[in-house]
Amino acid sequence: MNLLESNIRHLVRFTLNGAQVEGYAEPRLLLTDFLRHELGATGTHVGCEHGVCGACTILLDGRAVRSCLMLAVQAEGAAIETIEGLAHEDGGFSPLQQAFHENFALQCGYCTPGILMSMTEYLRDNPNPTKKEVRVALSGNLCRCTGYHEIVNAILDAAKALREEDGASS
Amino acid sequence: MKPPRFDYVRVESIEQAVELLAQHGDEARVIAGGQSLMPMLNMRLVRPQVLIDIAKAAELSGIKANGKVVSIAAATTQNALLRWQGLRAHLPLLAQALPHIGHFQTRNRGTVGGSLCHADPSSELPLCLALLEGVVELRSRRGTRRLAARDFQVGVLTTAKQADELATRIHFPKAPEDAVFAFKEFHRRHGDFAVVALAAMRCENTVRLAVGGVGDRPEVRSWDGLQGSAIDDALNEFAWQLGGSDDIHATARYRREQVRHLGRLAIAETAP
Repeated sequence: MNLLESNIRHLVRFTLNGAQVEGYAEPRLLLTDFLRHELGATGTHVGCEHGVCGACTILLDGRAVRSCLMLAVQAEGAAIETIEGLAHEDGGFSPLQQAFHENFALQCGYCTPGILMSMTEYLRDNPNPTKKEVRVALSGNLCRCTGYHEIVNAILDAAKALREEDGASS
Repeated sequence: MKPPRFDYVRVESIEQAVELLAQHGDEARVIAGGQSLMPMLNMRLVRPQVLIDIAKAAELSGIKANGKVVSIAAATTQNALLRWQGLRAHLPLLAQALPHIGHFQTRNRGTVGGSLCHADPSSELPLCLALLEGVVELRSRRGTRRLAARDFQVGVLTTAKQADELATRIHFPKAPEDAVFAFKEFHRRHGDFAVVALAAMRCENTVRLAVGGVGDRPEVRSWDGLQGSAIDDALNEFAWQLGGSDDIHATARYRREQVRHLGRLAIAETAP
């Protein structure tokens, strides 16, 4: 048990998309701001800062969570995944990104990182969802441009592509 | 907005948390999942001197079913409970209600004890605790005490937990084998705060109904041999006793009407 004082910046270390990273944070610094300002990983977006809009969603130890409802110091030792880690190493889109691209599932793109990270967990646990289930799963991510139809279609397409990929590799 | 300054301690045991609470009292706040507390910190509605993080204390996470009771450690996440294989058999009401708590992303962090200690009048877990007559176990340096749901949640965002106490375990009685449950809630979108939420249980000839989102806390009534138009009369009387108030989401009158309407659906769903 170690008390971290309020006005001092403390060392925080975790893995970000597989790579070990570190930086310094006062206890009150939100994980979102740590990712963006301390580590320069600006793909994670800041929306409402009270957990409603879902723009800042990341994966924490494999589970989708709001990075605005977490302190950087709480992420010590965790495995964090963000939008920067989704594409293939050669820069090619992942099946989820490809489906968003092909379905015109983004306009301004502000909500997109949060949706992609949310759906990364969702499709892993639910590889064959119905349209209605996708709509419920999307309820934690707000998009003010698209009207959601294209996003729902993209997620159904991505699910199909991921199932085929899985089938081909096994 | 960003939170105000505070000191931060991550504890590894109940004992450490209780010791810190004894030292700092109401200048400290306990954080587990933070899905209600972090928004309040970000909006600066609360300004603790010390934040005590219990999320990584191993003894505050886990579910045990012994005898007639399911005991859930306070910092168990809502999704961990939802994935627990005994849920459908032992706590079928929670299997219905848990998917309505926020979104899967907030349930990944949000905890069972956290929801109960936050004590929002329209939230699902306090409603289920009230209907099932669950018990909250509190620990402090002074000792351990167990409070029934009714004695624990005393008003809007208010519980009987003292500043030096930590909620450690939640005890839910296992569902009797012949009990039938129903859960209904009205909200604008899935995952939004409930405007009105109801839980019903029928056991032999008795119907129990809990209502959240109308009064200052979940309220429970039970009736024997309720049938036909007596159901409407009972619900109408219950609605007027709850009263309710107007806010941005609905008027008091609308809330009372939801008690009559959803109450009827919930009771019908439990009918043999």
